[in-house]
Amino acid sequence: MSSILKGQAHVYGDDVDTDRIIPGKYTKTLDLQSLAAHVLEDLDPDFRGRMATGDMVVGGDNFGCGSSREQAPLALKTAGVSVVIARYFARIFYRNAINVGLPAIEVPDLQASTGDLLSVDLSRGVVSNLSQGTEHRAQAMPEMMMAILSAGGLVEYLRQHGDYPPTAQPRDTL
Amino acid sequence: MGQTLAEKILSLHAGRLVKSGEFVVVDVDGSMASDTTAPLAIKAFKDMGGQRIHDPQHTWLVIDHAAPAPNERIGNLHELMRRFSREQGNMLYDVGAGICHQLMIDNAHVRPGQLFIGADSHTCSYGALGAFATGVGSTDLAAVWRTGKIWLKVPQTIKVEVRGVLKPGVQAKDLTLFLVGQLGISGATYQAIEFCGSGIESLDLGGRFTLANMAIEMGAKVGLVHPAGLKLPYPFTPLTADPDADYVQHLIYDIDRLKPQLSAPGSPDDVHQLQDYAGTPISYAFIGSCVNGRLEDLHTAARVLRDAHIAPGVRLVIAPASRDIFLRALDDGTVAELTRAGATFLPSGCGPCVGTHAGVPGDGETVISTANRNFKGRMGNPRARVFLGAPSAVAAAARTGQITDPTPFLES
Repeated sequence: MSSILKGQAHVYGDDVDTDRIIPGKYTKTLDLQSLAAHVLEDLDPDFRGRMATGDMVVGGDNFGCGSSREQAPLALKTAGVSVVIARYFARIFYRNAINVGLPAIEVPDLQASTGDLLSVDLSRGVVSNLSQGTEHRAQAMPEMMMAILSAGGLVEYLRQHGDYPPTAQPRDTL
Repeated sequence: MGQTLAEKILSLHAGRLVKSGEFVVVDVDGSMASDTTAPLAIKAFKDMGGQRIHDPQHTWLVIDHAAPAPNERIGNLHELMRRFSREQGNMLYDVGAGICHQLMIDNAHVRPGQLFIGADSHTCSYGALGAFATGVGSTDLAAVWRTGKIWLKVPQTIKVEVRGVLKPGVQAKDLTLFLVGQLGISGATYQAIEFCGSGIESLDLGGRFTLANMAIEMGAKVGLVHPAGLKLPYPFTPLTADPDADYVQHLIYDIDRLKPQLSAPGSPDDVHQLQDYAGTPISYAFIGSCVNGRLEDLHTAARVLRDAHIAPGVRLVIAPASRDIFLRALDDGTVAELTRAGATFLPSGCGPCVGTHAGVPGDGETVISTANRNFKGRMGNPRARVFLGAPSAVAAAARTGQITDPTPFLES
């Protein structure tokens, strides 16, 4: 996983729920391409046609609220979304995104409009809006999540380590 | 400083005293996945090198979200779950057994004080029992199968104290929707909620189930209901928070004057007095889902519809939350009564709530449902509008063809 990502922003509002990321009627499948085909369909029907691989989805507060369906981050990732940025995420979506290896970062003060070119430095935790010339700090990600994301997801993490560490570190660091 | 209920349960599982903000890796007492989440979990389990699941005696798979299968794709996913369960020796609840959450509670697969992980967001329902139960996605669940453990951040807790008694005809769902409206869809994100107070103590298990179920609609990781007044069919040791526990917020609500509530289409937290929408025509009423598909909900609907028929142009669809509930409603005549009133019964399971199979609304329809979510497209059609209400409100709307205060039907 390259630690500096660049892509165009697609900006949405607060409380983007998992039904609007991938409707429940499409979730019963193991065919990830069929998930990607319907990503964000009820939120932004033109998204799939407009987006390019590497583009970034930007939400406001509580991105990914609702169901536990991992199909939501999988649909975004399979469609080619490189990173999801929000002021903060709903808890289950946040875990799921990291578990499937889709970087999800919390940036409290991001200013971005759809079409802006963003650069994300995952290791430093910095998002630059190259179109507006601004720089924003990401919230620190829990160490356990950073370890899972660095491995490429929880499947790869457990394939490498076989188990969780005996006690996760009590401090948040990026 | 004393401990909240969440800190207490996680301390017992971590084997040391833990405080909110700490990260723990803890042993899981039981886990569950449905036909939405199990197929991906099976794939992830195999991909992460899993061979035998850690604790098959306390692992359940449930076919409830699209049951019976509406097409060959889903039929094959169900077969994958059956095959996996035969190989692993875990219990599988097949088509028609009921909704995962109803089955876990009714069959005592989850008990007070336990740590239970479910690959379904409404796993928080088991907070009704005082279990630390939370929803995760498929890969987190596969990791539970692989390791027997999960990593968690010990949450801060919001204390929600409910004082008073609900007026006759006002239901636990009205209280629940009211609280969802008050806290908001993200009000308790990353946090636990403890529900306590006289208004909670008077709730039966079903009412507590309804309340804890929608803790996720308040954004919470878990919604723990204080055990005072809890009656269960087996002996248990009630766990309580310490009196000097540290809460991030303490909210107090008086419910003596609470009126029937309704969540307006788009988001569960857009909650209003039902009266504000009285007269709105509806064409489709649904009773069921993990929040309100229980026997007492069918009884309430039968009372509202007694000696009446649903309005012309309205369909009333009912999916009991389990086969056992359906059987009891058959035996006591409720199914016959509701069917005579014009209701259509679906197999026990999630039914139309998640829009995968039976009962998808048409374009422009207005639906009133007892379910817990009404996000755009939730029931399978983004061009339908879905109101959420109590079973009484849904039955009253089915009877009159419009949103109607149900309390007069329950007073007689």
